[in-house]
Amino acid sequence: MTADIDKTAGPERVPPGGPEAIKAIPVRHYGRYVSAVVAIALFVSIIYAFAQGKINWGAVPDYFFDDRILKGVGQTMLLTVLSMVIGIVGGILLAVMRLSKNPVTSSIAWFYIWFFRGTPVLVQLVVWFNLGLVFEYINLGPIYKDYWSSFMTPLLTALLGLGLNEAAYMAEICRAGLLSVDEGQTEASHALGMSHGKTLRRIVIPQAMRVIVPPTGNEVINMLKTTSLVSVVQFAELFRYAQDIGQSSGAPVEMYFLAAAWYLVLTSVLSVGQYYIERYYARGSSRSLPDTPFQRIRANMLSLSNRSGTGANA
Amino acid sequence: MTANVTRVDSGAPMVKAEGVHKSFGPVEVLKGIDLEVRPSEVFCLIGPSGSGKSTFLRCINHLEKVSAGRLYVDGELVGYRQKGDKLYELKDSEVALKRRDIGMVFQRFNLFPHMTALENVMEAPVQVKGIGRTQARERAAQLLERVGLADKAGNYPSQLSGGQQQRVAIARALAMEPKLMLFDEPTSALDPELVGDVLDVMRDLAESGMTMVVVTHEMGFAREVGDSLVFMDEGVVVESGHPRDVLTNPQHERTQSFLSKVL
Repeated sequence: MTADIDKTAGPERVPPGGPEAIKAIPVRHYGRYVSAVVAIALFVSIIYAFAQGKINWGAVPDYFFDDRILKGVGQTMLLTVLSMVIGIVGGILLAVMRLSKNPVTSSIAWFYIWFFRGTPVLVQLVVWFNLGLVFEYINLGPIYKDYWSSFMTPLLTALLGLGLNEAAYMAEICRAGLLSVDEGQTEASHALGMSHGKTLRRIVIPQAMRVIVPPTGNEVINMLKTTSLVSVVQFAELFRYAQDIGQSSGAPVEMYFLAAAWYLVLTSVLSVGQYYIERYYARGSSRSLPDTPFQRIRANMLSLSNRSGTGANA
Repeated sequence: MTANVTRVDSGAPMVKAEGVHKSFGPVEVLKGIDLEVRPSEVFCLIGPSGSGKSTFLRCINHLEKVSAGRLYVDGELVGYRQKGDKLYELKDSEVALKRRDIGMVFQRFNLFPHMTALENVMEAPVQVKGIGRTQARERAAQLLERVGLADKAGNYPSQLSGGQQQRVAIARALAMEPKLMLFDEPTSALDPELVGDVLDVMRDLAESGMTMVVVTHEMGFAREVGDSLVFMDEGVVVESGHPRDVLTNPQHERTQSFLSKVL
């Protein structure tokens, strides 16, 4: 983590009999050292200020693995994953509908996206929660009949609210992905006699994924944090539990910090997952796959030890 | 549902165009094309860029819709069904069914980049014809061997040279066992050094009796392998005949000036 960003990997090998290898003194980047020192000093002083504040830091580790917090983490993850599944499936469907030649489906998709993107997700959640005002019963004929209020559990309300809203955003991401695939791919597939559906599933979507995955990673992380809104529909997750503990234990602010730390942990885990998904869809697009994080760490370690070796020689 | 692979009447034309017109909005690209391609014939289309030869080729497997006139492949109307004096558009699934029997090779290869060479060749037989994976793999390996790429089966297209990619593309088209092969400037995107390999594969294919319609700038190939040749310019057939006659002794002034530039 120093400012030394030397990228040369050991001495260059020169074939015997060729000219002598160049041994030059590298350019010194003094600006990097100075800026690193300033940045570290600022960072340390901020940490120090927080440590000195009137915050009971001891409460954070005390409750970090509290049963309620762990349950909340589980619920947050569950909600994030399920909402994103609804969002991604709905998004692909809407994107295909919007790109369809059929004017009815493309206008329906356009209207859906317009509506769900144009209204706040908090409002949508509250509307789903209060839909019992409009529909007293849910009646699926002989299969199922119940009061709306007992049918719409907090989990279902939260899923519908978050998932359907997400689908509108995912639709645009998927549409960008589908449009990014060269038209020649569709033509080649059609020329082989493949149907529209097969072409989409086997040829276009796998290639579109390279464009779709990075912004979807963004959306997942966004979703993870947006789940903190669902306490308005009486669904308890990480944020809600942290708030509850904060009120009963008399350490409200500390519990917000605790929640923030958990959100950071979860986003970090998700980012690693995203990396591997991207790597999977990169197959065939470059001549060799990028290294995994572990391979990169190992390579860095090796080059570090190499460098210290040459340093000793010099 | 079974495609009629055996040629009932070897005298009947494989492709027959009667006054084929094609417009893109106000621009008329094809202005009445009449021609016939006989079974097992290598039919070459030459002409300056923008003359409509690629568009005509794409009409044959209905990647482009004909605006006027009639186009038949193996005696059947392309893209439409005639009942009485009315034409009905074919459903997408019916068009797809007909395309199975027409292989196409593109200027820019259009291999599927997320699949290996072998998977590219296997894809359509498995997905379209429903052939088992083991059988399809065997057949794909044979086809790759036929185009001289047996050792590249596991490579992705990005790991292949242009000439190798185009040969995989030919194998991919052959995997559907077509009765007609369309080539849209198959060597135009290749380094001069790599053109020969692709032309060799096409020459083999011609000798095996495949009906081929080839849009090309390779006059040498047209002269050696071609059975018929058509020179097109500005959406019309200017001159046609045996390649040797047209290329060595062009009658029309426009053909003469074109050939003087490319030969």
